[in-house]
Amino acid sequence: MSVDKATVAKIASLARIAMDDAELERMVPELNGILNWVEQLGQVDVTGVEPMTAVIPNHLRLRDDVVDADPLTGGGRRDAVLANAPAAEHGFFGVPKVIE
Amino acid sequence: MTELTSDLTSLGVKDIRDGVAAGSFSAREVAEAFNAAVAEASALNAFIVTTPDHALAAADAVDAKRAKGEPLGKMGGVPIGMKDLFATKGVQTTAASHILEGFKPEYESTVSQKLWDAGAGMLGKLNLDQFAMGSSNETSYFGNVTSPWRRAGGANTDMSPGGSSGGSSAAVAARIAPAATGTDTGGSIRQPAAFAGITGIKPTYGRCSRWGVVAFASSLDQAGPMARSVEDCAIMLEAMAGFDPKDATSLDMAVPEWEASLNADLRGKRIGIPREYRMEGTDAEILDSWEQGKAWLRDAGADIVDISLPHTKYALPAYYIIAPAEASSNLARYDGVRYGLRDLPERAGLQDMYAATRAAGFGDEVKRRILIGTYVLSAGFYDAYYTQAQKVRALVARDFEQAWAHCDAILAPTTPTASFPLGALSDDPLTMYLNDVFAVPASLAGLPAMSVPAILNKDGLPLGLQIVGKPFDEQGVLDAGLAIQQRAGFNARPEKWW
Repeated sequence: MSVDKATVAKIASLARIAMDDAELERMVPELNGILNWVEQLGQVDVTGVEPMTAVIPNHLRLRDDVVDADPLTGGGRRDAVLANAPAAEHGFFGVPKVIE
Repeated sequence: MTELTSDLTSLGVKDIRDGVAAGSFSAREVAEAFNAAVAEASALNAFIVTTPDHALAAADAVDAKRAKGEPLGKMGGVPIGMKDLFATKGVQTTAASHILEGFKPEYESTVSQKLWDAGAGMLGKLNLDQFAMGSSNETSYFGNVTSPWRRAGGANTDMSPGGSSGGSSAAVAARIAPAATGTDTGGSIRQPAAFAGITGIKPTYGRCSRWGVVAFASSLDQAGPMARSVEDCAIMLEAMAGFDPKDATSLDMAVPEWEASLNADLRGKRIGIPREYRMEGTDAEILDSWEQGKAWLRDAGADIVDISLPHTKYALPAYYIIAPAEASSNLARYDGVRYGLRDLPERAGLQDMYAATRAAGFGDEVKRRILIGTYVLSAGFYDAYYTQAQKVRALVARDFEQAWAHCDAILAPTTPTASFPLGALSDDPLTMYLNDVFAVPASLAGLPAMSVPAILNKDGLPLGLQIVGKPFDEQGVLDAGLAIQQRAGFNARPEKWW
């Protein structure tokens, strides 16, 4: 499978990365080079093989279902959360107007 | 530099820790010597920011403890470099990207906190490939890192320190840090360690907490130490590892006493030689170093056995689907809203702001991988690419499981070539990716793996050997590494030109 400029533009839009025509043109052969190379995975017989999602056997832990069960990962840190925001106003993240 | 400071910067982790504990020198003297060495070495561009005050404060705390007769910690008095992928409270953390420029975390990563708790101090934040995506340290927004190594008769050509932990490898090789943290997603500790003639280990996935480490590919990312000896790596890994409730994939296992248990006697051990790693195009000197490595391990008492890892050739293409897929998801958080850069063109709406911010904030390689990841996860292509790659990953892991019936650890080259000049491969992403061909299989399988320096090639550049171990068997990896270290007697160091 290979991608054309329109497809790359669609992917860039999905990934929320603005790209002008020149960048899209440049990306097309680069992405196709990589995609053509990974095509070889199609040669592998994977009959009966489950896709791997975790490499080392482990179990998922559950914490107690109460507020701030673990103070290390608990809440009550609004100012710290907002400290690096490009625009923090009135205790909230500020963004451009979404609804006209 | 005075003789004392030059002597101090030649020391590694163990010698500094033991010397401070014995009172041969103070932790402050050590920190001052390394701070001075760092300040002189700006030509390497190994650090994005330096933090001499952090190193001095940690040293003073250790000296004060010693005066009171208190224990100094596993890393007591050792100043280290911190890869700028670890969140450090109040100290800029960028992942070498423009999008995080100026970001000062409100929290400390688990691994860095453990190192400070063990008595280490921080010399500064080390440069890397942007978001750890690269194998040459040429994708950093803050400029390339230059290796301290130069080719013999190479007309002073600037060489790559490897990547992504290139600031770490350069700093440790140049003796401006006795050790540094690295992270390894598909070779990012082992490949730069090999290029720079130093030692580095990626432990079993889950040994070191990922909490506070800027995420690249979460099912692969693993932190580890980079230093100049196997003993130093064992000490530092003990300080870094351990269960962390804040990381859902953290291993709830006790941290072994790797340093105290080191044993280079390999009698009764079987070392596997994977035939599929003998690839076309591999440098003849790399193959020679591999033969040398077999002889060293045989001399240490090990049996050398041939093994097969049949899916080796498919590991790298599987990695270049899985890692970008995870990256495209992880890097969605950089949106110009919560932290980091915001680019808000005039009259732009929210969606335009996202796209403008990410266009301005990410470098080319990062964009390339986000696009690949977005594509392979998109409707209609998910099964053909992503699911297929995850199945191949299962087969790569199964190859290793089957190999453990025949051997206790695996010996292979770390890289297919020695270091190359900066710029030599940067126009060709695919050729650059092939540099990690020997490193990626162990990453996909989550296995502990280490690179130790073996020999210098005919250009005077270091070549590394890689040892891969069973899950949780860092000890077996370190022991085989120690056996090689003792026989290789690698003591070459780059001549100071910076």
